[in-house]
Amino acid sequence: MILDGKCPTGPIQQSWDKHRFDLKLVNPANKRKYNVIVVGTGLAGGAAAASLGELGYNVQAFCYQDSPRRAHSIAAQGGINAAKAYPNDGDSIYRLFYDTIKGGDFRAREADVWRLAQVSNNIIDQCVAQGVPFARDYAGYLDNRSFGGAQVSRTFYARGQTGQQLLLGAYSALSRQIKLGTVKMYARREMLDLVVVDGVARGITVRNLVTGELESYAADAVCLATGGYVNVFYLSTNAMGCSVTAKWAAHKKGAYFANPCYTQIHPTCIPQAGDYQSKLTLMSESLRNDGRCWVPKKKEDCGKHPNDVAEEDRDYYLERKYPSFGNLAPRDIASRAAKEQCDDARGVGPGGRGVYLDFATSIKRVGADTIKERYGNLFEMYEKITDEDGYKRPMRMYPAPHYSMGGLWVDYNLMSNIPGLFVLGEANFSVHGANRLGASALMQGLADGYFVIPYTIGGYLAGVKPVGTSTDAAEFKQSKEEVNGNVSKLLGINGKKTVSEFMRELGGLMWENCGMARSNESLNINLKKIPALREEFWQNVKVTGTGAEFNQDLENAGRTADFLEFAELMCRDALHREESCGGHFRTEHQYDDGEAMRDDSNFCYAGAWEFKGMNNEPELHKEPLKFENVHLAVRSYK
Amino acid sequence: MSDHKTMTINLVVWRQKNANDTGKFENYTVKGITEHHSFLEMLDVLNEDLIKAGKQPVAFDHDCREGICGMCSQVINGMPHGGQERTTVCQLHMRKFHDGDTIYIEPWRARAFPIVKDLVVDREALDKIIQAGGYTSCHTGGVPDGNAILIPKPAADEAMDAAECIGCGACVAGCPNGAAMLFTGAKVSQFAVLPQGKAEAKTRVTNMVQAMKDCGFGNCTNHYECMAACPKGINVKFIARMNREYLKAQF
Repeated sequence: MILDGKCPTGPIQQSWDKHRFDLKLVNPANKRKYNVIVVGTGLAGGAAAASLGELGYNVQAFCYQDSPRRAHSIAAQGGINAAKAYPNDGDSIYRLFYDTIKGGDFRAREADVWRLAQVSNNIIDQCVAQGVPFARDYAGYLDNRSFGGAQVSRTFYARGQTGQQLLLGAYSALSRQIKLGTVKMYARREMLDLVVVDGVARGITVRNLVTGELESYAADAVCLATGGYVNVFYLSTNAMGCSVTAKWAAHKKGAYFANPCYTQIHPTCIPQAGDYQSKLTLMSESLRNDGRCWVPKKKEDCGKHPNDVAEEDRDYYLERKYPSFGNLAPRDIASRAAKEQCDDARGVGPGGRGVYLDFATSIKRVGADTIKERYGNLFEMYEKITDEDGYKRPMRMYPAPHYSMGGLWVDYNLMSNIPGLFVLGEANFSVHGANRLGASALMQGLADGYFVIPYTIGGYLAGVKPVGTSTDAAEFKQSKEEVNGNVSKLLGINGKKTVSEFMRELGGLMWENCGMARSNESLNINLKKIPALREEFWQNVKVTGTGAEFNQDLENAGRTADFLEFAELMCRDALHREESCGGHFRTEHQYDDGEAMRDDSNFCYAGAWEFKGMNNEPELHKEPLKFENVHLAVRSYK
Repeated sequence: MSDHKTMTINLVVWRQKNANDTGKFENYTVKGITEHHSFLEMLDVLNEDLIKAGKQPVAFDHDCREGICGMCSQVINGMPHGGQERTTVCQLHMRKFHDGDTIYIEPWRARAFPIVKDLVVDREALDKIIQAGGYTSCHTGGVPDGNAILIPKPAADEAMDAAECIGCGACVAGCPNGAAMLFTGAKVSQFAVLPQGKAEAKTRVTNMVQAMKDCGFGNCTNHYECMAACPKGINVKFIARMNREYLKAQF
């Protein structure tokens, strides 16, 4: 089937304004008759719940953490992009649009990206009004820094904690609505199923993580804002609780999963120190404003103290390979370049899996105090984890899984192929194509939550009659029974291996065979090994405790079971996409210099998979991508 | 850097089935811990051992494991987050301990934080304080340009100092009175120094202080334990600022 993204036609500059006018409205008195469920309270979910509550809808919001303020958006460090052009350096909505399309390696929808660039400026204004303490200059104006993939300074920031401050802004707006009674907040709830009645999304089944009880909630529309899935690699920069579970549940109920193979491996993370490690920590891309990446030119220098390697014996490989963008090359490119140096046996640190990020030049130029003011908390974090002082010796970095560009398929209105199911933020696939540029995730989350869904959900609700919050329909009961059956099954296996042993094994397979480089051979290995591992899981996993209590072992078991199914789809998608683009690098498809080779004549589409049962092959649906405003070209940062 | 020595650690951990259980300390031993293990990774090792032995693992809150989400919450050897300056439990590393050490681990203890299980507590009371006024009442959309109202750098910086709070509740756990003055003071101050927060300054501080009392938090008697426990180094000057704002609001 050919999918239709329902993008507006006509000049792109007017597309969102025209579309907003064309959308039907729900009048203020009728809004209170409609109920909306929002799952996840990060930037997208938190902003959506607050904005929809403010408009007058009855909102029920859910998160698995103990408070909506803890969603993983909070960990974003560096900043948020907007086309304000305050620095007078040539930025514009068009340039942000262009950079994002190119940064995504021409695999995103033009109309969606245009809208994102257009509303980016409203986001900054909104956050300032909320009291988000963005960095300011001495005259009191907003300050900017640079991020990868752009030659202008358009990134707004709040020290190294931009995500935290933006999330606290959304959380404060949400708190205000909770107090006003327009939003009812359910914390410590994990969505385990989507309830579909007569082909329409009508509610969710959640597990109360404190009591273990399964609960049903109904509404006129369901918004998923449940983040990304890169914990499929086990070790990633995501929080421990981030999972594919809610998205996978929706997928199994009919929602198409688009481009699951597009995953972002972030170039600057603290390298893994041992097998016991539970997560990887990212060091903001903003560090590359002042830090220079290098490895020794000579293999024999790799064991030396970095300060003892002479200047002429250092290979500043990003500056060498990409002179016009230098250390601010986009993430996919910087990650691959780091891997390339390490594969060439010029990596540093344990196992030779590391490159240096060196601040000596900048400290000499602007002084240690300025560097400290810009990134102090990041240097502190680095020291806590590694016991090394980044001011005195270069930091060691290695790429790590960070973000998923793929996600549930949505149309221009952010609605999935299931009517009434909307998907926001990282959970959807819409704007980042095959690679996301730095400081764009925060922008997308807040754009979807504050400025897109409040309009588009109205367009949908205006066309349906409110149905109330009764969960009497047979589908709710059936969903609960299915979830309950799954929980009992997990608890009844009583095997010999722990949940995290399975998750580590799966993560290892994914990193090895479906990570920074993928091949026909490696993916086929995974397509054999993953089903076998899944089978073993269901025969030999050991989950302690009961379902009727606070049980973190059971929570992890459920998430792992879903990753074991999803991982196969991810490999299948990577295998079918016989090209390299953005974060998806197929070793068979590269230019002589190692750059990614796209195949626009055969793969210029979003690939959305339909679930056909666990024992059947999923069906691929294609949404062709049209480029009418940006010329399809080989992506170059040289 | 690469030190292959491993440590054996004795743990004395608070175990409590649920809010109604009385709870008690249990003793455990974990082996094979390196200096690079984070404190929570050390507990992961313990939990893997317990699961394999068919016993219930220790429940503890954690999520981002990079010191920003505020989920982790353990009193270690009597100190919230373990006593390393400006450090959450998840950022605490085992290189701060020695082979053979005995470590006591307890949950946050405060009247306003009922225990959920083992080391997990219910911190909804902090959300209630924010709901009482920890925001500006701006609407989505319809706000002026971000540069329309200039904010002097010192004010922006001070707001940011206050806004760094991660809402973990260590200040409450560290306070002999179980007070949430540092938490509340930081939020009140963030808005008090910004022009955007001025319009509602009086009602904000009044309502947030009232919510603090209603939730069962104690009062401040200047012990400064909150500041010592705070993983973000939030300064007690913000409590003074809240007191000033509160007084101003009475007139």
